Amino acid sequence: MAEQAVKIKEDILKGADSPEILGWLDKPPRAEVELKGKITRSLVEEISRIKKEPDWMRRLRLRSLDLFYKLPMPRWLTGIEEIDLDALSHYVKPEAEFTQDWEELPDYMRKYYEKLGLPELEARFLSGLVAVYDSETVYARMKEYLKKKGVIVLPLEEAVQKYPDLVKKYFLKVFPPADHKFAALHGALWSGGTFIYVPPGVKVREPIESFFLIGRQGEGQFEHSLIVADEGAYVHWIEGCSAPRFVGYSFHNGMVEAYAHKNATIKITTIQNWSRNVINFNNKRGIAEEGARVDWVEGSIGSKMTYVYPSTILKGPYSSTRNVVVTLSKGPYLKDSGSKVIHVAPHTRSKIINKSISADGGVNVYRGIVRILKGAKNASAHVECDSLILDGKSKAHTFPHNQVDEPTAYVSHEAKTGRLSEQQLFYLTSRGLTDDEAKSLIVLGFLDEIMGELPVEYANVLHKVIQLEFSELGAVG
Amino acid sequence: MSKGLEVVDLHVNVYGKKVLKGVSLNVGYGAIHAIMGPNGSGKSTLAYTVMGREGYEVEQGDIRLDGESILDLPTEERALKGLFMALQDPPQIPGVRLTTLMIAALNKRQGSSDLTRVRDPKVVRRMYSLAEELGLSRDLLQREINVGFSGGEKKRSELLQALVVRPKIIILDEPDSGLDVDGVKKVSEYLVDLKAQGHGIMLITHYARMFKYVKPDMVTVLLDGRVAVQGGPELADLVEERGYAYIRRRYVEGKESTI
Repeated sequence: MAEQAVKIKEDILKGADSPEILGWLDKPPRAEVELKGKITRSLVEEISRIKKEPDWMRRLRLRSLDLFYKLPMPRWLTGIEEIDLDALSHYVKPEAEFTQDWEELPDYMRKYYEKLGLPELEARFLSGLVAVYDSETVYARMKEYLKKKGVIVLPLEEAVQKYPDLVKKYFLKVFPPADHKFAALHGALWSGGTFIYVPPGVKVREPIESFFLIGRQGEGQFEHSLIVADEGAYVHWIEGCSAPRFVGYSFHNGMVEAYAHKNATIKITTIQNWSRNVINFNNKRGIAEEGARVDWVEGSIGSKMTYVYPSTILKGPYSSTRNVVVTLSKGPYLKDSGSKVIHVAPHTRSKIINKSISADGGVNVYRGIVRILKGAKNASAHVECDSLILDGKSKAHTFPHNQVDEPTAYVSHEAKTGRLSEQQLFYLTSRGLTDDEAKSLIVLGFLDEIMGELPVEYANVLHKVIQLEFSELGAVG
Repeated sequence: MSKGLEVVDLHVNVYGKKVLKGVSLNVGYGAIHAIMGPNGSGKSTLAYTVMGREGYEVEQGDIRLDGESILDLPTEERALKGLFMALQDPPQIPGVRLTTLMIAALNKRQGSSDLTRVRDPKVVRRMYSLAEELGLSRDLLQREINVGFSGGEKKRSELLQALVVRPKIIILDEPDSGLDVDGVKKVSEYLVDLKAQGHGIMLITHYARMFKYVKPDMVTVLLDGRVAVQGGPELADLVEERGYAYIRRRYVEGKESTI
């Protein structure tokens, strides 16, 4: 089965990555509703009204909006001044009714998903699939057997209507909007996304994927994903994203909240391959209760600028997290990333692996935080930070920060920087490889151990995408 | 049209310093051409320039393969046209396995778009059997290139790569340095074989000790970036017996008229 899925993805890719496949977008299809301009109370009210939301959600949005007005622009963000928030479309409802049948989607939309191979992948590999187009979830379905076990996979809006108490318990509680300005903005404007709930003891064997597509320029996408695994449950959620190319830029400010109850496991894998017109801001946080585990694998390839910091709060004793972030900045692009772990309880364990690749003037910044609170006895944290710099124009900066207030805790940190030398490059080219091919071999080698963390289907795609990034084809993306 | 590699009146600057000052020589197919000379005479510069390494700037002259100038080609295209250089001290390439590089080199020559995919398992089997014949362990092929390799393993790995890609012309930069007697013998046997199979071999060496096992067809002695003298295998014996100082006096300064 897995092999078939690989074959499918490979056939579909046929030597091109997803922005390449989606192509160039001249004129986006008409939207049913498009809300543009200044971010005001009435804009937020209007989104809430269109969604026919209960009052508690409307008030939550407005509270977030107030916080957005009050909070300062984060000082650590570089290049964010390129975003003119007031010029964006904050809500774009495509002309498509939510469906559980690919055939019912509008042609252009179905074609996008078919080009990306999602229907086939869903049929053969996934437990469930959620597709978000612009600001709305257009498709969501899961395998029948999971319904019988009480698993919920729904557009978040629908979950708000059907399971308000369940949503209320976690929504903006794992990642409070007061944390920073963009989290607050997300709380005010969120639209589209996934709600996953796995009941106690249920293990969802195959992953559930959500795919986010931005279909136009000048758009803000604020999708929200909420993943809850109840006691002893297991779920692997995969997040994919892409966009066709367009002239202007679009802004992505999504949020992922994950809550792993006692002895539950949540794995989250992201393959980010936005087109170069997307400024990508992410808010990702998980909480692990006693004996629970939250794992992140983030592969960040595309976008113009990306800010992503998968974080885990180890709230219960013996909880753990493994946080793998891989970023590639090839060309005049920026990846600002870093993992954050807060050890609250005793005997908690964390491992952070960060690998960055900088080429052709690309910049990678790592900002990591490990905090071990007093009382988190025998907590242990290990951080590995590897940077690969492929030429003199490219840069990698590392700002690790450890704050340990518990004397019995153990923290270790390893950092390595590798630079490709002229001699190495000559050696590989003398074997018949172009500079870019030589670099792609080195990059794939650098990522070898990480590839094993991904489901084989996705490892294959990443493998291919990297070869493409380092080819003439990739250079146009 | 002449066959093989031709170097014609080559003048080369290396990062601003003039190293080769007019070198001409030919490496024909089915022949071994030994390039000898003391340290700093320009032997490695000649090899790197033929391969088109960055920083090796040709001021004058030409390099031709089968009669066509390759001066304007980047290194990888020279390699694809059939040139291969076994480096004296090849660099470590962390993260890239030796098999991966050899598969990529072969895939590239077969025009495959995915460099890392094994298309024919026979190719891998051949790599392993060649490695075994050369005295390299299977494990070494799976290791990162030259990372933790001994001097001898590096030399054998370079030769293995040449055997795998089957270039027209093989340039070996001091393949004997760092090898023990058995190693030198082994490498020499392969050179004899390669010559018999019709490959052209440019054998750069400081000492004549390899020539006990592999007779060169031609010998060029470089001194100070110039060809001091060219001749048959007897020239190697002369170098071995009398040293480079003698060659300089006799052929460059013209002071020794007879042997």
